[in-house]
Amino acid sequence: MSAKILEKQQLSENVFKLVLDAPKIAKKRKAGQFVVLRIHEEGERIPLTIADADPAKGTLTIIFQVVGKSTAHLSGLEAGDSLLDLVGPMGQPTHVEKIGTVVCVGGGVGVAPVYPITQAMKNAGNHVISIIGARCKDLIIMEEEMKAVSDEIIVTTDDGSYGYHGFVSQALEEKYLMTGDKKIDMVVAIGPVPMMRALCDVTKKYNVPTVVSLNSIMVDATGMCGACRVTVGGKTRFVCVDGPEFDGHQVDFKELIDRQRIYLDQEKQCYDHYCTCRQQGKGA
Amino acid sequence: MEMKERLKILRQPMPEQDPQVRKRNFDEVPLGYTPEVAKAEALRCIQCKKPECVEGCPVEVDIPGFIALIAEGKFIDAARKIKQTNALPAVCGRVCPQEVQCEVRCVRGKKAEPVAIGRLERFVADYERAAGEVSIPKIENMTGKKIAVVGSGPSGLTVAGDLVQMGHDVTIFEALHAAGGVLVYGIPEFRLPKAIVAAEVDYLKKLGVKIETSNVIGKVATVDELFAEGYDAVFLGTGAGLPSFMNIPGENLNGVYSANEYLTRSNLMKAYRFPEYDTPIVRGKNVAVIGGGNVAMDSARTAMRLGADHVYLVYRRSRQEMPARIEEIHHAEEEGIELHLLTNPIRYIGNDKGWVTGIECLQMELGEPDDSGRRRPVPIKGSEFIKDVDTVVVAIGAGSNPLVQSTTPGLDTNKWNYIVADEETGQTSREGVFAGGDIVTGAATVILAMGAGRKAARAIHKYVMSK
Ligand SMILES: Cc1cc2nc3c(=O)[nH]c(=O)nc-3n(C[C@H](O)[C@H](O)[C@H](O)COP(=O)(O)OP(=O)(O)OC[C@H]3O[C@@H](n4cnc5c(N)ncnc54)[C@H](O)[C@@H]3O)c2cc1C
Ligand code: SF4
Ligand code: FES
Repeated sequence: MSAKILEKQQLSENVFKLVLDAPKIAKKRKAGQFVVLRIHEEGERIPLTIADADPAKGTLTIIFQVVGKSTAHLSGLEAGDSLLDLVGPMGQPTHVEKIGTVVCVGGGVGVAPVYPITQAMKNAGNHVISIIGARCKDLIIMEEEMKAVSDEIIVTTDDGSYGYHGFVSQALEEKYLMTGDKKIDMVVAIGPVPMMRALCDVTKKYNVPTVVSLNSIMVDATGMCGACRVTVGGKTRFVCVDGPEFDGHQVDFKELIDRQRIYLDQEKQCYDHYCTCRQQGKGA
Repeated sequence: MEMKERLKILRQPMPEQDPQVRKRNFDEVPLGYTPEVAKAEALRCIQCKKPECVEGCPVEVDIPGFIALIAEGKFIDAARKIKQTNALPAVCGRVCPQEVQCEVRCVRGKKAEPVAIGRLERFVADYERAAGEVSIPKIENMTGKKIAVVGSGPSGLTVAGDLVQMGHDVTIFEALHAAGGVLVYGIPEFRLPKAIVAAEVDYLKKLGVKIETSNVIGKVATVDELFAEGYDAVFLGTGAGLPSFMNIPGENLNGVYSANEYLTRSNLMKAYRFPEYDTPIVRGKNVAVIGGGNVAMDSARTAMRLGADHVYLVYRRSRQEMPARIEEIHHAEEEGIELHLLTNPIRYIGNDKGWVTGIECLQMELGEPDDSGRRRPVPIKGSEFIKDVDTVVVAIGAGSNPLVQSTTPGLDTNKWNYIVADEETGQTSREGVFAGGDIVTGAATVILAMGAGRKAARAIHKYVMSK
């Protein structure tokens, strides 16, 4: 089905938010699930986590960072434009229950997908601590939204331009795990793979169960192709149907990082092609 | 023409693209009969009183009937004759294994070569389409019954086409963004041009079938929710789309694909036209394809067209046991695909960046027959060897996708998680739910999926009209 863009907003230099008209998906989606969209006939299938939904209004919110041609193209669309295809909700919903104190960690644009999980954890009656981080102050997104669904919040920046100076993993360790003031029952982390890996290294030391949401390369996202496979606990799993969330202490991050780089050269070629075409005014 | 003369005509060869040229393009390989050649071939049919060929056809096309019309030059009538029992002749004429179905039974094959039934079927379907004379029957007596069809492969398309002509309100729900199932994501352009599938889908739309692409049943709506929305019956034609891997070391290295992914990227996403199309694919120079079926042949021939220097087809049994159509093996060899028979991969070797660089194999020999009646391949001790490759495509079969089964309580499945359905009606363990095609039989053929669709359509009609 196609979907109309109702609203567009730029959240930071490279991060955009779109509100889509998608009543069927809005009604069914749960925290942790994602959609796959296609912009135009020649376009690829792009998986994006659902950042928020309003079942009454029939709307879905997606937040994405411009990282290549497809996301650049997506960021060029405006309210009133339509996406050619939108399919979802895909993937398993987050397992949400009251377990005590939950830390929700979002790195970079990963704050967007961690937001609905944070909200669900809070609604389930957990004490929610959020840690959100980015390279610098300007790249921090959704601070107000996260505050509204958290009992405590820490904002970190790699360069110290705002909040805690350092990585989210350092903040978690220094402020909570090392002090041992509060028993942390679970950590949920979403962000760039190196960040999730660093975070899992820390939580493993303290034996804190950690769930990560993986963004592997996908094609169909229905379990048909295996493009998204990851090794978890020595077994091959498909991120699109078995995930996207897995036990972070079991994930083979090295393999995931390698697999994310399969098409690096082609992606660059495609982006260059797109930029040249745009300069020549041919459209994409 | 006298019978004696007819018996003298030789089987008309199919003109084809030259192997050296076609191995680097994605255009269709066979070029098709001309009207003159088709007529000559049609005259070879001796119009048997008890035509054995018809018995060999899973949907019992009136083969001598349509061939007689071709001999008379009535090509459009011939196409309509086929369509009485087979809704997709342009597809079946290209991909059906005629050599084990109708043509193997043809009496002319006993002394000479069988009548080229498949090529004639393809000819009339193409003729009809090119002439723009595809007629849209007018549907009267709308029943007011709503039917949901899940999956738009050959089984789903057949069910939908039959039911809409019986006056029902039919909606197909398809997970992907394009309709056609394996016909669009699996079988490559050079064997089945996508324009043909699109024309068939378009025809269904003109008949009044609604097609909702990008709708995954089990996710956006469950089967029970479809009933709650007012559907009177549901047909499940979700196919066998779960890729199998061998679970050997190194299978997740970069450059190792499932056939489903490789073919989906190339066909559905048109990665062979990258960067005009955005979806990339690895264009390997030394490609190993694992398997011996049609899917393996399609993968190997795709790899060649993507610019490989060497494509090795690695199959653990011998040529006799290869499940692929003989024609496809022949085409592949003509294009330079190198067959490594009685060879089984045991691990993939990678570099520090996680890319596959080699494949270690064992040489096999044939032992005692196994459950399938084929001689079981057994490894020869100490025969390990390594081949350098930069791309691997694993084409060793497919399983059932659990999306619908796991969200439909009371739907019985067998031990491989295929849906249990009555062979004659497609009836499942759930009232009002019917199933057919690969999701019931396991990976099979286009025509068997269509046959199952046809039977289910009759049963669904009976069911909804008696409600
Ligand atoms: C590469 C390849 C080559 C082949 N070559 C030949 C050949 O030469 N000759 C031949 O006769 N056969 C061939 N086959 C086999 C043949 O294509 C299949 O047997 C046939 O397509 C099965 O038809 P089907 O309708 O059961 O399912 P499929 O064609 O598999 O279609 C199923 C459809 O259902 C959709 N679907 C699945 N789950 C859901 C869901 N939950 N909600 C909505 N939609 C869903 C899928 O996306 C798909 O589009 C080949 C198969 C492959 C893979
Ligand atoms: S068996 Fe052969 S000769 Fe006889 S009717 Fe069929 S196609 Fe014609
Ligand atoms: S993306 Fe194809 S199986 Fe997960």
